[in-house]
Amino acid sequence: MSIWEYANPKRFMQTSGILLPWVTGAALVCLVAGLTWGFFFTPDADKFGSTVKIIYLHVPAAMMAISAWMMMLVTSLIWLVRRHHVSALSAKAAAPIGLTFTLIGLVTGAIWGQPMWGTWWAWDPRLTSFLILSLFYLGYIALWQAVEDPDTAADLTSVLCIVGSVFAFLSRYAVLFWNQGLHQGASLSMDAQENVSDVYWFPLLICIAGFVLLFVTLVLLRTRTEIRARRLSALLARERLA
Amino acid sequence: MIALLIRDLRLAIRAGGGFGLGLAFFLLVAVIVPLGVGPEQAVLAKIAPGILWVGALLACLLSLDRIFALDFEDGSLDLLATSPMPLEGVVAVKSLAHWLVTGLPLVLAAPVLGVLLNLPVAGYGWLLVSLALGTPALSVIGSFGAALTVGLKRGGLLMSLLVLPLYIPTLIFGAEVVKRGAQGLAVGTPLALLAGITAGAVALLPFASAAAIRVNLR
Amino acid sequence: MELRVTDLAVARAGVPVLEGVSFRLLPGRALVLRGPNGIGKTTLLRTLAGLQPALSGRVEAGEDAIAYAAHADGVKATLTVAENLGFWARAFGTRGVGAALAAMNLEALADRRAANLSAGQRRRLGLARLLVTGRPIWVMDEPTISLDAASVALFGAVVGRHLAQGGAALIATHIDLGIAAEVLDLAPFKARAPGLGGRIGAFDEAFG
Repeated sequence: MSIWEYANPKRFMQTSGILLPWVTGAALVCLVAGLTWGFFFTPDADKFGSTVKIIYLHVPAAMMAISAWMMMLVTSLIWLVRRHHVSALSAKAAAPIGLTFTLIGLVTGAIWGQPMWGTWWAWDPRLTSFLILSLFYLGYIALWQAVEDPDTAADLTSVLCIVGSVFAFLSRYAVLFWNQGLHQGASLSMDAQENVSDVYWFPLLICIAGFVLLFVTLVLLRTRTEIRARRLSALLARERLA
Repeated sequence: MIALLIRDLRLAIRAGGGFGLGLAFFLLVAVIVPLGVGPEQAVLAKIAPGILWVGALLACLLSLDRIFALDFEDGSLDLLATSPMPLEGVVAVKSLAHWLVTGLPLVLAAPVLGVLLNLPVAGYGWLLVSLALGTPALSVIGSFGAALTVGLKRGGLLMSLLVLPLYIPTLIFGAEVVKRGAQGLAVGTPLALLAGITAGAVALLPFASAAAIRVNLR
Repeated sequence: MELRVTDLAVARAGVPVLEGVSFRLLPGRALVLRGPNGIGKTTLLRTLAGLQPALSGRVEAGEDAIAYAAHADGVKATLTVAENLGFWARAFGTRGVGAALAAMNLEALADRRAANLSAGQRRRLGLARLLVTGRPIWVMDEPTISLDAASVALFGAVVGRHLAQGGAALIATHIDLGIAAEVLDLAPFKARAPGLGGRIGAFDEAFG
């Protein structure tokens, strides 16, 4: 059987209905375990004190902010090529979640930056990139809201998502060029020892897993809502016809 | 194609304010900023490149919503879409017309406004070059935003929200060229990147804009 | 150049409005579409003109054969009558607007700005555009709106000459243009609800 069978809304509703409680549970377990471990059972860092523990929110949220946009890009392409409604609706469903993760990343960054750099906001390349990313999310969501016909909205937002991705990528490099920045380099890489020691690394991994699962949970939930809303309007349209 | 360009230019001239409004807005920005920031020559010299680029960008934004909206309202866009001209070509020509009417006057007026903002002498040449290279991208990117919002009742504000983030790379590299040029530094890298963005946008975005217009006409 | 429509279904905003529409339009013939408001005449004509995709079915016409005249004329108020028409002539790759101006009795107005035309004169200018497209199949949506009786007769004569030269015309109108035309009533083709055997639209496909 082909993966595209799940693009059938009926099939999607069945499968996602079965999956949803399990994913939700797994997300909760990971988040509770990871955050508890991270906040209460890791030592304070030498230089930074307890402020460093905000990475358990900051890093996963920032990662998911980018991943959510990537997912929207892929589902937008699928919609344009294969015209599966579930694909377009899942992109629509993911946008506000991605925006929320972006804002969480920005706010936790500001809270962390205050004791670290002595300022709430610095026009650091990473912070600036995330601010720009949030503008792209806002535009995307606003376009969905503004267009009445759902298929037209799906087409237009998909084109915007593709063009926006290119420009978001360009902006990232433009911003790097514009200001070299205060932000520390990536705290995560394959050889983690170089960057963060094991005590911080394992709870962080669990938190990241928790955020991924949380994202999946929310996207499934919101996509199901969108499908139901579309069904409702389809039924109303039939009512008018009959 | 040429007929369309001539028609759009003629419309812009006859409608009055086609050339004037954007330019007047640009002038106002250059006047208002020193009034807000204060008259110190050193401060103005420092922010002049950025202010001139932001002013040009906003002046460009002002007239964008008219690129397709007027043709949409009076039915011309339907008729253009059924004409033998490819819609991609129509989009490209209309962006060119927008640039000739809005972008080009901004490029030519910018040095005069540079005097108001005490731009260092070394910066004038680069100001002209960077605006000449960058404003075509502003028109093409803007017409993409206009194409996305052409069917909407009050698309103007939404269009600004969509277009401004897309302007960020052009703005950064454009202002960087002037800033470095004014300080007598090498401008090669940002200039090449600015030209690259413009070339890419001019080559590819008309296809996205035409796709958006087709969807909106449906 | 013949227009052949086979089992066409069209949708407005994703909702099917007409289905099973089939007809042939031969050179030299005219076909008048009738039907109550909202039946989908405009949607059908826009689909034939290629402005929106059909839900199903086929439209066969030659490449670039159809000239479409919508409700809106596409007339620019700040251009003169001759400039407006001249633009469309060049856009469609034909030369000379004199014949079209004469046919629609616009010669005296050629240098007047379109802003100073009456509604009927504007409409005549919009219809004169069909003549400069050089295309054989005219698809017209309520072409006689705001025309007076004399102008309707004038336009009827123009369409008659077009047919005599081997052209064809598809007209959505309730007014008799004074030309020999077959009539197609669209009411029987109204899309049925899916529950009653109608086809489902792209909108709610698989949402059953």
